[in-house]
Amino acid sequence: MKIHEYQAKEIFAKYKIPVQQQVICHTVEQVATAYETINAPVVVKAQVLVGGRGKAGGIKFCTTKDKALEAANKILGMDIKGLTVEKVLVAKAVDIADEFYVGLINDRNTKSVLLMVSAEGGVEIEEVAKTNPEKIIKMAIDPLVGLQPYQARNVFFQVMKNGNHVRQAADILVKLYKLYMETDASLAEINPLVIDNKDKVIALDAKMNFDDNALFRHPEYAAMADYTDDEKLEVDATEKGLSYIRLDGNIGCMVNGAGLAMATMDMIKLYGGDPANFLDIGGSSNPQKVVHAMEFLLHDKKVEAVLINIFGGITRCDDVARGLLDAFKIMTVNIPIVIRLSGTNAKEGRELLKNNNELITAETMGEAARKVIEATKKA
Amino acid sequence: MSILINNDTKLVVQGMTGRDGGFHTEKMKAYGTKIVAGVSPGKEGTNVNGIPVFNTVANAVKATGANTSVLFVPAAFAADAIAEASEAGIKLVIAITEGIPTIDVIRVTPILEKNGTKMIGPNCPGLISPGQSLVGILPVSIFSEGNVGLISRSGTLTYEMVNQLTTNGIGQSTCIGIGGDPVIGLHYIELLTMFEADKDTHAIVLCGEIGGDAEEQAAAFIKEHVTKPVVAFIAGQSAPPGKRMGHAGALITSGAGTAEEKIKAFEAAGVKVAKEPIEIPKFIKEALGK
Repeated sequence: MKIHEYQAKEIFAKYKIPVQQQVICHTVEQVATAYETINAPVVVKAQVLVGGRGKAGGIKFCTTKDKALEAANKILGMDIKGLTVEKVLVAKAVDIADEFYVGLINDRNTKSVLLMVSAEGGVEIEEVAKTNPEKIIKMAIDPLVGLQPYQARNVFFQVMKNGNHVRQAADILVKLYKLYMETDASLAEINPLVIDNKDKVIALDAKMNFDDNALFRHPEYAAMADYTDDEKLEVDATEKGLSYIRLDGNIGCMVNGAGLAMATMDMIKLYGGDPANFLDIGGSSNPQKVVHAMEFLLHDKKVEAVLINIFGGITRCDDVARGLLDAFKIMTVNIPIVIRLSGTNAKEGRELLKNNNELITAETMGEAARKVIEATKKA
Repeated sequence: MSILINNDTKLVVQGMTGRDGGFHTEKMKAYGTKIVAGVSPGKEGTNVNGIPVFNTVANAVKATGANTSVLFVPAAFAADAIAEASEAGIKLVIAITEGIPTIDVIRVTPILEKNGTKMIGPNCPGLISPGQSLVGILPVSIFSEGNVGLISRSGTLTYEMVNQLTTNGIGQSTCIGIGGDPVIGLHYIELLTMFEADKDTHAIVLCGEIGGDAEEQAAAFIKEHVTKPVVAFIAGQSAPPGKRMGHAGALITSGAGTAEEKIKAFEAAGVKVAKEPIEIPKFIKEALGK
């Protein structure tokens, strides 16, 4: 789960990581008040959950109140990569003497929290990783010992000359690591971490993602979620025990298991179709889940045909068939449905569905994909 | 033979008295897996269908000589259970549990390393050495004894692959679902090493998916160190970037971890990549000259 910069900075402030004075604003009027409160040049920053805000014109440096209002007018309501800007952060501007990148991330390869620091601050770290990987200092942190202050100093002495700066930066990093572990983050980035013209080290930007699996321990952070409409659907699905992601195609998919669900989508693409979604009904045998899944599929008006691909293991094919029959009872289905049942209780499942003339059956994944594509062409 | 589990596997089930734990304990026992103990704090002295229950893994190991553990413990308590098994001297832990916080897995990793404990999972279906032992939740009817080893990041997709193999007369030595989480125990390279050394494994199927660069690492390793034929399949070719496709680990970030890159890496290493699961048996037969 992602949170906004201003929310991440609120958490930073709680952990005594220095951030600029900031006010979050939903209207131009609020920006006027915020400017008066700060009473100095400010930066007006779009708060949307995507990268590249600066490039899109969502971040403006303003030396006067009028300029701040003009910026707010422009940015509020602006579209950045498909997201509408609904709020802006007004923060006191900083005179930057130098800038750095600092990041913590759960790393698959080292099976640890990986620290990354670079003198190339303020630019996208993925870019640096591609063009100048040697400019990123990486260190795997021992989870049993934690990040020691001397380790943090050692890292910063490689990119900073002044001992005073290093001490401040190391102090910030140790606090960031504590915050990271205590909040069950999956990513925490300060990009850039800056040294201002008064030799103070400040977190000028803040990015945090939380591990979805750990949100149950952190209701206060879970409540910070600001979901788009599509993400709301995904969350709603999760609450019903489904994993659902909406895409752009016209063939709805219902599959058990994430890997098989991906492979089913791939198969549709391979045969020239376009999947409308990823939908994993999970490993349980609850017919109700199938009813919910059908609701999600039919709710998407782009869907012209549905492919159900079940390889029964824990999931029993007869339960899926039962769920499907329940779904037919409570909703009108007027698009073609192709179903492929294999594995545990497949025979029983097929038996239950055999009197239903609406369903198109298939033996293999490939056959199912071909048939569902055919069905959309007829429709 | 097989890798990791065989007729000598003595299994302790952590969370045996729970709903899923109880159900799958019965299935494993029916397959012939030697289940010697269950662990459920506060229930020592009782038994479930003849399997003795202990308060701690340490007690179970002392009394029964258990060497392998399987976990059906809820996500919030699973990392603790993994650490307990490792400290009690269990050498192989299979963590079935889905949804364990990643930081928890990171925290127990040094404990596993210290004790020399291997882990499969978490968020995995477990593994099977057909004809010998089943540890996990795999549907046994699709497996058959033979000489193909299989490693997969997925559950049901594994079943799809295995079903293709079995119906085409190709049996398996050991099939392992390594789990769909970002941070997991044994990965491709460790398992490829074991299959390469196992004289009864003649070819290997590797079933990968988008996210991370483990497939690229595996490809590089195969090129240098694996003499047995390997065929692969990659799920998620149609997945958009930035979206978590069900598995927490199946996420394309900033253009890295795509199916395209993985397929390219495998092909460069001489590994044939199937476009659909149905091609896997054909590739295996070609590789083994059948």
